[in-house]
Amino acid sequence: MQEKGMNRHLLSTKDLTPATIIEILDTARELGRITDGGMKKLPTLRGRTVVNLFFEDSTRTRLSFEAAAKRLSADVINFSAKGSSVSKGEGLKDTAQTLEAMGADLIVLRHGASGAAQRLADSGWVDAAIVNAGDGTHEHPTQALLDAYTIRSHFPECANDFSALNIGIVGDILHSRVARSNVFLLKALGAKVTLIAPPTLLPIGFESWPVNVSYHLDSVLGSLDAIMMLRIQSERMSELFFPSEREYARDFGLGNLRLKELKARAIIMHPGPMNRGMEISAASADSPRSVILDQVSNGILIRMAVLYLLLGGNPVPVEGVLV
Amino acid sequence: MNQSRSFLIKSATLADGTGVDLSIINGKVDQISDRLESNESFDEVLDASEFLLLPGFVDLHTHLREPGRESTETVLTGSQAAARGGFTAITAMANTNPVADTAGVVEQVARLGREAGICDVFSIGAVSVGLRGETLAEMSAMAHSAAQVRIFSDDGNCVSDPLLMRRALEYVKSFDGIIAQHAQEPALTQGAQMNEGSVSSLLGLKGWPAIAEESIIARDILMANYLGSRLHICHLSTAGGVELVRWAKANGMKVTAEVTPHHLLLTDELAKSFDPIYKVNPPLRQMSDVLALRGGLADGTIDIVATDHAPHSMEDKECEWNAASFGMLGLETAFGVVVESMINTSHMDWNRLVEVMSKKPAQIAGYTNHGEIAVGQSANLVLVDPKARWRVNRFASASRSINTPFHGMELTGQVRHTFFNGIHVVSNGELTGHSYEESL
Repeated sequence: MQEKGMNRHLLSTKDLTPATIIEILDTARELGRITDGGMKKLPTLRGRTVVNLFFEDSTRTRLSFEAAAKRLSADVINFSAKGSSVSKGEGLKDTAQTLEAMGADLIVLRHGASGAAQRLADSGWVDAAIVNAGDGTHEHPTQALLDAYTIRSHFPECANDFSALNIGIVGDILHSRVARSNVFLLKALGAKVTLIAPPTLLPIGFESWPVNVSYHLDSVLGSLDAIMMLRIQSERMSELFFPSEREYARDFGLGNLRLKELKARAIIMHPGPMNRGMEISAASADSPRSVILDQVSNGILIRMAVLYLLLGGNPVPVEGVLV
Repeated sequence: MNQSRSFLIKSATLADGTGVDLSIINGKVDQISDRLESNESFDEVLDASEFLLLPGFVDLHTHLREPGRESTETVLTGSQAAARGGFTAITAMANTNPVADTAGVVEQVARLGREAGICDVFSIGAVSVGLRGETLAEMSAMAHSAAQVRIFSDDGNCVSDPLLMRRALEYVKSFDGIIAQHAQEPALTQGAQMNEGSVSSLLGLKGWPAIAEESIIARDILMANYLGSRLHICHLSTAGGVELVRWAKANGMKVTAEVTPHHLLLTDELAKSFDPIYKVNPPLRQMSDVLALRGGLADGTIDIVATDHAPHSMEDKECEWNAASFGMLGLETAFGVVVESMINTSHMDWNRLVEVMSKKPAQIAGYTNHGEIAVGQSANLVLVDPKARWRVNRFASASRSINTPFHGMELTGQVRHTFFNGIHVVSNGELTGHSYEESL
């Protein structure tokens, strides 16, 4: 892992070269093969300590990282900074240094402020490796990696080149770290990415992004190989981004009628948690095209791969486990 | 007794290229001539053959943090930073704690400035009580106090309520006051973190659109013109704002505008580091804005450079971007940054630099002892080495804070000597410890 981006930390998908991405995806696949083969727990990270430092609630992401670390035999410390002594504006430096003093080799950071992970990595406050588990409305790189993994496992013929795939990301692009990470990661793999949203939920300046943009879901629906539905938060309504849930669902929700318009092999994705009936109907979420639960299980493999590659500089030698 | 010290400055070059000798006696400029005889009656003779002799710089936008946040800056340390930056007059913004919205607070700041005695410290009074934008502060009392306030501003906050702005513009006419507007429509900038554009979209930081600044500038230009009042636009930061002011001036409207050194040199690309040392209000904008600001300053659309020197503690910058305070230091680097961005890029010459850093700010604020070099005038002067290259070191600052975005950057043009009322307050770039107060 000598390339930029995963050299010491995983902060952003913009830093990742195609080769690095493929290495992570291949490692995850290999780990999946081993664990499927009956070896549920690998001794690879025995004696290493992974800290889940969560300044923002996210039970799913924390559990996924925790499961990944434990399957690699790492010690796991969970620190939920929300609701503890840490209040607004203080604590990132002190908390991280405290956890490092407790022996953290790697910090998985979830934070409400965009750039918090990069700030921690660049500041010199700690020596531990940093994995960005979601920073504000900036990035969520492991989510994009698990999404790419999921897409690749459904389109195995695409292997390391997604240029035959049209991928749509639908919804609140403006506030979505998942969208940002996916745009740059999917682009690195060659995919054609279309952002689909009302103009109010598209960031100013997206013209410079390597994507197509559409205000009309129906006009692109039939061309998509994968459709990612983003969670829409109801408070966006009070912030004047759209008039009502009903109108949003009508124009941008993946409802039962739109389900029929999808291509034969198209898959439905969602980073969770879902608002059933809002951005996605129950029938869409539960349809055979839905890979939403695959995304969850693939998330553990991807996070295992990231932890392994970042901490595996001097891995505990385990014969035959990973080459 | 310092004031009685007499100086002969030999072989200096004025902004227009003229070579002169200049003598200072009893705090005043005594003689200016192409050759003055060096003799024993002078306490000190300074060889200025490598230097430009300019009127001391005048800043109309300085945050001194006293009263309230003395751990980050005091009137004394701010004055010291000013003198090292070549300023002989600075103007303390009103957003202290308590707010400078009464005669008592502005007089306190003025008194602290006199006691420091390193430069003139003038006060800006608040427009509204507590900067809250609800009711007018007692501006007349501040104007008629010992501090003789002429400029009023809620800086940090915009006077966004159009009725309050109208009343303020009208009210200050009776004492020839100026409203200095921090142009920022609050409804368009709630929670905003940086310039809105492709960089903010990439970083997921909440954007601060140029139109939030420009819509207020447009409104206030029209309002001030309608009322016949004096309006000053603080820290212009967008190309659109420059165009609006240019249009207003072309149509004979009374408005003045300032630009900060950092907006002349830095862009929002720096936010990609997520280092809040680059977090400032108004935010760093795009290169097209920077170029428009340089053009505006060069052609007279923008009247002056003002530092918006804003000291902040380490604690307020050593954190994630969203949690950090807005603001950066400016006094000690202003000259070098202006040389770097305006002289070295051939946007303007030394005469224009004197206009924008000394003459025009002194005129706008009515600081009659500043802004020109003339016989009989108070000796408020600066000697600069126009060619010196130097590296900014945040730890070598006179300020109590270290939040400069220019740390490690190499700049051209260095302040070597500063004279305040004839007192040699900075010699060879260092504070001498002399002050005007002790000389009295």
